[in-house]
Amino acid sequence: MMQTYHQIARGDTLLAVEHVSLSFGGVKAITDVSFDIRKGEIRAIIGPNGAGKTSMLNVINGFYHPQKGQITFKGLTRSRMRPSVAARQGIARTFQNVALFKGMSTLDNIMAGRTLKMHRNFFWQCLRHGPAMDEEIKHREFVEDIIDFLEIQAIRKVPVGKLPYGLQKRVELGRALAMEPDLLLLDEPMAGMNLEEKEDMSRFIVDVNQQYGTTIALIEHDMGVVMDLSDRVVVLEYGHKLADGTPDDVKANEDVIKAYLGVAH
Amino acid sequence: MDILFKILIDPFLQMGSAPDLLVQTIWEGFVTGVLYALIALGFVLIFKASGVFNFAQGIMVVFAGLTLVGLYEMGLPAPIALIVTLLVMYLLAVTIERVVLRPLVNQPDIILFMATFGITYFLIGLGEFIFGGNPKQMISEQLYLPKGSLEFKMLGGFVQLQKIDIAAAVIAMIMIIALALFFQYTRIGRALRAVADSHKAALSVGISLNQIWVIVWFAAGIVALVTGIMWGARSDVSFGLQVIALKALPVLILGGFTSVPGAIIGGLIIGIGEKLGEFYWGPLVGGGIESWLAYCIALFFLLFRPQGLFGDKIIERI
Repeated sequence: MMQTYHQIARGDTLLAVEHVSLSFGGVKAITDVSFDIRKGEIRAIIGPNGAGKTSMLNVINGFYHPQKGQITFKGLTRSRMRPSVAARQGIARTFQNVALFKGMSTLDNIMAGRTLKMHRNFFWQCLRHGPAMDEEIKHREFVEDIIDFLEIQAIRKVPVGKLPYGLQKRVELGRALAMEPDLLLLDEPMAGMNLEEKEDMSRFIVDVNQQYGTTIALIEHDMGVVMDLSDRVVVLEYGHKLADGTPDDVKANEDVIKAYLGVAH
Repeated sequence: MDILFKILIDPFLQMGSAPDLLVQTIWEGFVTGVLYALIALGFVLIFKASGVFNFAQGIMVVFAGLTLVGLYEMGLPAPIALIVTLLVMYLLAVTIERVVLRPLVNQPDIILFMATFGITYFLIGLGEFIFGGNPKQMISEQLYLPKGSLEFKMLGGFVQLQKIDIAAAVIAMIMIIALALFFQYTRIGRALRAVADSHKAALSVGISLNQIWVIVWFAAGIVALVTGIMWGARSDVSFGLQVIALKALPVLILGGFTSVPGAIIGGLIIGIGEKLGEFYWGPLVGGGIESWLAYCIALFFLLFRPQGLFGDKIIERI
């Protein structure tokens, strides 16, 4: 289902964040943070509330422009970028508070993720005939695969505004997957879910990563989930980088224990 | 008692005694309503995609009509003039996006609203500068629009339908259906609805807001051109026409700012309501209530449905 570009081999750096600083007026959201994401890994970003995690994702996909530093994605370096360009380069994301098209059906929401893959021009679309129709059918098949994969067949035609929160999160993941991303950014994919929903979501994340080789960066507060899922973890606090390494390294790091997991006596 | 009789009973007796007149009045209200709906549609398109109330829609109607007639007077054949006018409306959409909307991204809605006042006065100036301020005759014959009228014997009298009115109703309905299908079933239509729902999410899947804005303003321009031709054919093309845009306000209040079906039904209610009101209740106060009755009807509906008949229900989380 997923086709990824192979100019970057598995394990090489897919995205590098170098010395990025971001502030809003006098508030420093991120101060001189550097880390990298390697192709094929699951990378977690953790930290207490207000540590700058979501800001970091917003910088990566172009919603925010950092004042200092640069970002290299697939070998291309840039400091400013528009979200639509980031999407075109292969960065997809979900949002902390679910940003779906609430009036549209599950199917239409996920089809919206195919926007960039559809090329037939305005004229054919107006006629809704010929090449535009063939294209619509082709993409519809792709989207049906995603719907099967996420086990949301039953809610295909339901306006997503009516769905329970857990399912909305799943539809949002589906929309991101429809973009066939090289890098998938997940902002608290399990926030507000019950145990069963969390297990489902964890399984989908691991499946996406292993079956299709999609690189994933995720923000999550549930430490059990983070330590289980991720290959490497970066820890932020007050906009600074506190630690970076494997889950075991991070768990053993004293600064992290002090700042985030609670001081051990 | 006498006044109550005149308000509550007498008009209905009149309707019953001359049903052919009633049908005639409703038909005229229907045609006016369809044209109101067209104008309102131009507003809804832009409001849905960008949250901007486009005050300039009225002048866009005049500007499109003037351009068409002006180009014809400069010697272009009518069909070519029509195509060139479409091009002009496209250029206008691109220019507005580049010069007005893009620099104002993320500003409060009221600022964008004020900017559309600016666009209005700019277009008035530009239109007068190029085509002059005199009213012009719409080139309906050259565009193959029918003229004359049809008469039907019915209900003990006869009803007269102007052919241009029939054409206006048919063309408006085709436009409305085409727009609805386009919104529902194409990639760009989906992108438009997506932008209307959430800018953030739309950006994240790679929809370009700039491109979408050009498309909606162009679509609103096409709607304006059609409205301009139809209104122009019934009276003439002059700057006075832009006040009909104000009639779209009660239509929008009725139908809801975000609903295409709402614009249509709101248009019809206002159109038919004001013609019936004028004809049957107008004489009680010496006539002339057509110009303000629409606002009263809208106000009445507002009391019961503040979001309009079809508008999105406003639920604020607190």
